[in-house]
Amino acid sequence: MSMNNQGRPTGIGTSVPVGTSDFTSVSGSSLLPNEPLLFEIGDREHSGVDLPDVTIDGSFLGGFERKSEIDLAGLTEPETLRHYVRLSRLNYSIDSGMYPLGSCTMKHNPRLNEKMARLPGFADIHPLQPVSTVQGALALMEELAHWLMTLTNTAAVCLTPKAGAHGEMAGMMAIKAAQEAAGQGHRKVVLVPESAHGTNPATAAFLGYSVRAVPARDDGTVDVEAVKAALSPDVAAIMLTNPNTCGLFEPEVIEIAAAVHEAGAYFYCDGANFNAIMGVVRPGDLGIDAMHINLHKTFSTPHGGGGPGAGPVVLSAALAPFAPVPFVKKGEGPLALVEHAEGQHLGRITAFNGQMGMYVRALTYMLSHGGDGLAQAAKDAVLNANYIKARLERVFSVPFPGQPCMHEALFDDSFLEGTGVSTLDFAKALIDEGFHPMTMYFPLVVHGAMLVEPTESESKQTLDRFCDVMLELANDARAGNAARFTSAPLNAPRRRLDETRAARSPVLKWERQELLPQAAE
Amino acid sequence: MRYLPHSEHERADMLAVIGARTAEDLFARVPRHALLREPVNLPRHSPEFLVEAKMKALASGNHAAGDGPFFIGAGAYRHHVPASVDHLIQRSEWLTAYTPYQPEVSQGTLQMLFEFQTQVAHLTGMEVANASMYDGSTATAEAVLMARRLTRRNRIILSGGLHPHYRDVVRTYLGDGPDLVCLPASPEGQGDILNRIDGDTAAIVVQTPDFYGHLRDLRAAADAAHAAGALLIVVVTEVVSLGLIEAPGALGADIVVAEGQSIGNSLNFGGPYVGLMATRKEFIRQMPGRLCGETVDADGNRGFVLTLSTREQHIRREKATSNICTNSGLCALAFSIHMSLLGEAGLKKLARLNHHNAVKLAKMLGTVPGVELLNKSFFNEMTIRLAVPAAPVVEMLARADVLAGLPVSRLEPDNPACENLIVLAATELTTDDDIAMLAECLHAALSEDAQ
Repeated sequence: MSMNNQGRPTGIGTSVPVGTSDFTSVSGSSLLPNEPLLFEIGDREHSGVDLPDVTIDGSFLGGFERKSEIDLAGLTEPETLRHYVRLSRLNYSIDSGMYPLGSCTMKHNPRLNEKMARLPGFADIHPLQPVSTVQGALALMEELAHWLMTLTNTAAVCLTPKAGAHGEMAGMMAIKAAQEAAGQGHRKVVLVPESAHGTNPATAAFLGYSVRAVPARDDGTVDVEAVKAALSPDVAAIMLTNPNTCGLFEPEVIEIAAAVHEAGAYFYCDGANFNAIMGVVRPGDLGIDAMHINLHKTFSTPHGGGGPGAGPVVLSAALAPFAPVPFVKKGEGPLALVEHAEGQHLGRITAFNGQMGMYVRALTYMLSHGGDGLAQAAKDAVLNANYIKARLERVFSVPFPGQPCMHEALFDDSFLEGTGVSTLDFAKALIDEGFHPMTMYFPLVVHGAMLVEPTESESKQTLDRFCDVMLELANDARAGNAARFTSAPLNAPRRRLDETRAARSPVLKWERQELLPQAAE
Repeated sequence: MRYLPHSEHERADMLAVIGARTAEDLFARVPRHALLREPVNLPRHSPEFLVEAKMKALASGNHAAGDGPFFIGAGAYRHHVPASVDHLIQRSEWLTAYTPYQPEVSQGTLQMLFEFQTQVAHLTGMEVANASMYDGSTATAEAVLMARRLTRRNRIILSGGLHPHYRDVVRTYLGDGPDLVCLPASPEGQGDILNRIDGDTAAIVVQTPDFYGHLRDLRAAADAAHAAGALLIVVVTEVVSLGLIEAPGALGADIVVAEGQSIGNSLNFGGPYVGLMATRKEFIRQMPGRLCGETVDADGNRGFVLTLSTREQHIRREKATSNICTNSGLCALAFSIHMSLLGEAGLKKLARLNHHNAVKLAKMLGTVPGVELLNKSFFNEMTIRLAVPAAPVVEMLARADVLAGLPVSRLEPDNPACENLIVLAATELTTDDDIAMLAECLHAALSEDAQ
């Protein structure tokens, strides 16, 4: 029997001799953080579902019946529960602790949202049912659209983008279409500040634009004069995040919008940081033309280990005629679903109607908070970030001092100078203290950046404990105890992982050991 | 407000530490006139039971698929999801975890993704799969872009059997032009693509089972594409079919994309779903989306990390292979759990059962006067042609609580050849009574229509 270097059998369904203590220790007792791969515990015979075994004659299969083996591992239900419960215990989660990830808005995910999304009237409806049988779903989309447009003071919203970057794509496509319709198709440049999320330049490039960087001022914000200098007749749009990725409100945003419009370009706002201002400032009042809203950030739909997200994009009156289909249309009588592009509307950016499951959760969250609660949440998010900044700034270096931050506090690594501890080491040491690391090395404009976003969900007690830990770590780093940091984490299911090795010779799926070339011993 | 932890007292204490007088002071950098003076014109916060009542009222405005006989497929399928799947994905550690960028505290998600990638690769018969995409339609558009990068050619040819929504998404992503050839709808399963391939072709896109239910000859498509130096992209919108139909990878596919909703995920009115993407190992550096790979930690223990991120936007910015940042993690988890529960044996049984019920459906439809079955081959979905326009008939049956399939004209409104067509699917949930009820209602509707 072939074994891997941890003593586990490597073939599907390879049975382990009774009393092989090695296997017992690496498979993990119920509280130890090891779990074999599905393919090391399951086999081709076991199944956790009971289905009638029917015979078929193949006369309608056109000769395309499967002849190859699939090679899938099956588990019975109790084994399945154990496998996924044990795996889950290797994850950090919001429900187990604070997630101070700047730019990610890891707020509490209310469980009412989950319950509502599972109502059969939402979960068990098909996207192509007759429209007469889904009037409740269309009404929900209409209501969500109303909340989003009211909170942003905009004329239209395209709900269907599947994630923030997809929303960027939809918004920028609308801008491109509007300019082509106005005979301005020669505009091929998009301005992107240096501090932008990577998705912004990627989206611009995806649509065939070249990217022109706009430098930041010493105070971390964008200078309207720098924007004016970068504007030219070939500029199609600016993609600006506000509040920006340094956690600062762009004080000249209105002037920037005016200059951009004056030059015949559009203002795309990255709405990743909308949590700081919902119910307090309406982006439409600042002159934006398009802005995506990450429902999985601002409106609490769960991150789920990396998705699914949802990125509706609001549009100004100038861009509304170019919104992609489908959208709900209200008139006399029943609600209609416009599914085919008429006039200047863009075609589909996804099959069906977008992330309905996320619409339900987001609207539930909005109804729970109300307009007043959303504004209070934004203010608490900003309060929490400023509280962290205030408690840490005598020890941690603040790159743009002398001003309040918005919903996230940014530090650079100059306080670690000469300690032999990097931002990465420092963040990994946080794990040993029970916190998820903050966002590191982003935004790129700050050296060794640490971006801390507590969200409104954290209590003062939690914030105090976080700050106490941060201060204690900083003092220890400066006291010369670098080893604590460079060896961290020690109290996690794994120590630091070798990412270079993973990328150099990628192993992207489980392989049957006997099929591999002889492994070097 | 039940989700906000601070008391007024604590807020005041925190402001004092900050050195601010009021919460508004923290918004000092916002231009004064942009700050809202009045609260937004939206309802005030609401207790859980009132929100629940409101949402239930909205939900009751919909006819759930489980409320009666149901035959709609067309890229989203009503299957049974075992109770344990939804129970597991609601565990906090799965539901409320972030993207696993910090691998030391994300091994659960990472190992799951590694297992998911293995399942998808095996299912499609390909060498590697990524950690999921938004859905099948956007995965198709990304596959097309990937094929352009790989071949350095531009022409893309879409089969007339491709789901019209998928075709529309590709059109939106690529723009109309001579380099995008969308072949006319082929409801009879006619071969349409092989003689269109030329030396400028980057890829052909073939769906099987196709939108109309026909099983397509992938081997012939692969041979024709490869002979011209083009790639074959295979689209599968019903992954359960892969339990019974030959894997695209075994027939020469270069990129396989699929909608994974059928396994583990509810209909959800169209989303969230989970896109699958698999390809040859030599192509991974042009693949979009996240990839999870195996490695070791500082103690030599096996562990997993997100890898090859130099393809991705957060590193490469405007030079990335895609602007994609998010995957469909929780839906991929549901897929992976359901697939583990099924296993090889269960998936094959499930696929046979789907086909078995579809054969019953086809036979029953054959007995209804005025109904012509267009398929010689199918998995669990088929197309019928009526003597009259289909949409009013489907609407009439919906009033009798029978959701009789999709009138193709809804997706192809400008194509007269599609006006009388209905695409119908059967799954393991389709009962003999459902089929009998459909036949009866269809019969009644068509005779009523004839009068």
